[in-house]
Amino acid sequence: MSLVLEGFLNTVALTLLSFAGALVVGLVVAVLRIVPVPLLRGVGAVYVEVWRNIPLLAWLVLFVFGLPEVGVRMPLFWTAFTAIALYEAAFVAEALRSGVNSVAAGQGEAARALGLSFRQSLRHVILPQASRRVVQPLANIAIALTMATALAGVVGVVDMTRAAQRINLELAQPLLVFTGVGLCYLVMAAGIGFGARVLERRLG
Amino acid sequence: MFDAPGPRFRRRVFWVSVVSAFVLAGLVALGLRQFASGGELDAVRWRPYLTWPVWRYLLGGLWSTVVAAFATGVLAMAGGLLLALRPNRFTRAYAEVMRTVPVLLLVYVMLFVLPSFGVNLPLFWKLVVPLALSHAASYAVIFRAGVDSVDGGQREAGLSLGMPDGVVTRFVVLPQAVRHMTPLLVTQAVSLLKDTSLGYVVSYTELLFNGRVLANYNGLLIQTFIVVAFIYLVVNLALSRLAHRLEAGRARTAR
Repeated sequence: MSLVLEGFLNTVALTLLSFAGALVVGLVVAVLRIVPVPLLRGVGAVYVEVWRNIPLLAWLVLFVFGLPEVGVRMPLFWTAFTAIALYEAAFVAEALRSGVNSVAAGQGEAARALGLSFRQSLRHVILPQASRRVVQPLANIAIALTMATALAGVVGVVDMTRAAQRINLELAQPLLVFTGVGLCYLVMAAGIGFGARVLERRLG
Repeated sequence: MFDAPGPRFRRRVFWVSVVSAFVLAGLVALGLRQFASGGELDAVRWRPYLTWPVWRYLLGGLWSTVVAAFATGVLAMAGGLLLALRPNRFTRAYAEVMRTVPVLLLVYVMLFVLPSFGVNLPLFWKLVVPLALSHAASYAVIFRAGVDSVDGGQREAGLSLGMPDGVVTRFVVLPQAVRHMTPLLVTQAVSLLKDTSLGYVVSYTELLFNGRVLANYNGLLIQTFIVVAFIYLVVNLALSRLAHRLEAGRARTAR
């Protein structure tokens, strides 16, 4: 039974921490992609393309088994966290960017016509409108991330899915174990969806 | 989002570019030094990847990846179409569950649960069936969004011209829906191809699993998985580019 609890806690911790990390890195990458410096825009674009076109499992294997060989040693949990956060950051960056782009160009032009600087128009005109529109896409990424943490089980982190598989070997009660774990994921996703709706209403 | 840059602004952009170029070069150098210190950059460790047998093995894996992705795509699209055409309580619940339960959990059910009930599929299907079950829900969402994105007036116009319902759907609604859906379908194809890497768990000999076998055999772990990641990158980028090309071509003919 303690295995279930450990798996559940690991999945929750991995989800929350990686999402926080992905938000921070994703925000930086999104800013890189819209600044008026061609070199930085290129760096942002390369980051997004490289991370999201390679499977997360390949990243996890590379990080967990590869990093120690080049002398970077971290606890297993934090290696998995790094890989998942950096991977999902590419998706967060794209969601943020398309949120900013979805604000009509006329809004930015109007702000400039009123004499607002680049920073002022971003702060007072663009971002308030964009923030409402990115809540739903970000919630979808958070749900996808919850599912993605299961892959950390393949490289050895005892997450919920991994725990289910191990318990099943001992208990041989597959239906009970796997349905229970599936329900846990459903509840987590429902929680994220609920949080997103509350946030959207507050911003709206 | 910015005005045409003036001289002062252009100067600032220039200096920011120079500084960030230096920072970037520094970071790359630091990373390379870290790699070199472990001897990972030695030519000996990369030479196997210039030989044909290694590539033949990896490309064989890529072929299996593509076959699995294709089979999954066909099944998932068929399932998605069924789900999208019959929106009722069951299909909605199905889509909701599949959107939140990890594919890996379904794979484990295939691997460890079903055999004890006497259902023991070949490896290929142990990978493809869970993927198809999961991706069918995503395709259903895409199809619904595509059909909903076509303005209702289009259907009404077709009907008022006396076309039968099926003809309106086939010749008026679907062509426009497909055009709207193309970007999402490409994203989905890329995500599907990436998900076949679960063959690593199933022991289906696709690209990532072959990478593992190769790394176990020659001990060149980092090099092998960097090459494997690079193959994924090239294939997925090519997939996106191809779709953009098609898109551009169709946009021209539509005008």
